Amino acid sequence: MSAALAARAPAQRTWAENALLTLVRYSPLLLLAIAWEATAQLELVSTTALPPLSAVIASWIELIRDGELVSNGAASLYRVFAGLGLAIVIGASLGIVMAWWKPVNILVAPIVEIFYPLPKSALIPVTVIWLGFGDASKILLIFLGCMLPVTIGAFNGARSSEQHLVWSARSMGASRLRVLWDVVVPSAMPELLNGTRTALALSFILLVSAELIAARQGFGYLIGFLGANGTYDAMYAVVLTVAFLGFAADRLYLVITRRVLLWRE
Amino acid sequence: MARVAQPNAAAGAPELALLRYGRLLLSGFARVFSLLALAIAWELLARSGTFTHFQLPALSEVIVSIWNDVIGGEFFLNAWLTLYRALVGFFICAVLGVAIGMAMSRNVIAHWFFDPIVSVGFPMPKIAFLPVVILWLGVYDVSKITIIVIDAIFPVIAATVIAIQGVERELIWSARNMGASSRELLTQVVLPAASPQIMTGLQVALPLSLIVAVVAEMLMGGYGLGGAMMTASRFANSTGVFAGIVEIAIVGYVLVKAMSMIRRRLLIWHQEAHDPSTA
Repeated sequence: MSAALAARAPAQRTWAENALLTLVRYSPLLLLAIAWEATAQLELVSTTALPPLSAVIASWIELIRDGELVSNGAASLYRVFAGLGLAIVIGASLGIVMAWWKPVNILVAPIVEIFYPLPKSALIPVTVIWLGFGDASKILLIFLGCMLPVTIGAFNGARSSEQHLVWSARSMGASRLRVLWDVVVPSAMPELLNGTRTALALSFILLVSAELIAARQGFGYLIGFLGANGTYDAMYAVVLTVAFLGFAADRLYLVITRRVLLWRE
Repeated sequence: MARVAQPNAAAGAPELALLRYGRLLLSGFARVFSLLALAIAWELLARSGTFTHFQLPALSEVIVSIWNDVIGGEFFLNAWLTLYRALVGFFICAVLGVAIGMAMSRNVIAHWFFDPIVSVGFPMPKIAFLPVVILWLGVYDVSKITIIVIDAIFPVIAATVIAIQGVERELIWSARNMGASSRELLTQVVLPAASPQIMTGLQVALPLSLIVAVVAEMLMGGYGLGGAMMTASRFANSTGVFAGIVEIAIVGYVLVKAMSMIRRRLLIWHQEAHDPSTA
């Protein structure tokens, strides 16, 4: 039945049919959750290693209520937004300038090529040496780690902008800057947005790693703190929250991207 | 780079080939120049006294420290351990990821089960599960390799599924028509045709394995490039920290280059090897 439903165009389905489809699609996750709860309740493994899901949810509510999750979460999200924002603005500009102006490409490309394969997590101790345990070191780390995927996306996109579009815009009297803004930037957009998606995923990875290793605030710190205290159900609650936020950010980004690229058929 | 033969360009127009070599030489010079400029800027900035020695040790000292690591054998020990963990994790990802991806595209139940897990799990920052993995498996190699697999397997699965979906129907039809069994179809038609994209997935997974290996080592301590950096940082030995970054950068660079060389070797029969852009 669900196959027949899925085969029909989305516009023809009713609200209830859509809900049913989603339920069928995500039922394996539900099964995993039930298996988790059952394993823990039957004490097939030690409950310190795997507290029951219900206990995890209870301590999640507790963490929300006493404000710990909210204050640490706000600190983490601020770091991601600031670092990623800087990376997108500076990285995209750099990539487009590299594609547009050859001398810049010749000078910058070797540096990009050397730093791109560097496992960005290696920078964690240095950012701490430079900027300490606070927000600034995480923002710098996320900025440094996320800039290159954006730069490379923007560069590839801008370089592949169709030459005859550039020529016809030029021959119709558009200035070089005008061409850059009206032709090159829009055609760089799809690949730029793709690179940004990579950067978004990377930003969460770097945030959590940096906070786990050296921080006094944030999700990663909270996970480490609760783990060291032995309150594992609360630790699981924070881990799942971070994982969910990373997933939700990616989905939100996809929705926004689809809006932005609506003009492209 | 210029391994792929381009008969008409090389034989037909020697002056054109000369021009190409000239340009190659020039870009090589530019490459050396900008890296050299970066190195000199670092050295001068460190010696100018703008930053304290702790914040920015001179490049020359960092090189001496790396040299000492190399002579003393610590570099090889640490690099070997990090590479061992990253590569074992990577190979498990490659085998398991391709297997799951293949199962998903051939079997309805496998697809039903894994599809939501992949679509939810792929964008998650799975490194957050590191403390959970430590809780379960301790702080030794097993848990490091496990977290690498958890992190790096998703790009492989996703690439395999998309690659198999993208295999041309005509290829499959004609192989069937000529009497290929479903096993032959898989090993001789579908997998080779899908291999470029699977390779791309592996090329995403490899650097990811190294990133996660370094983080895991930093958090759990012990030997390995990440652990050595953490030790240096704990003793406020910032020269050691910078040396660690350079060492990790070298390992990462070699690994990524080796992977793209392997790709070129393995896909020599494929169209992409003959594209002028990769030549």
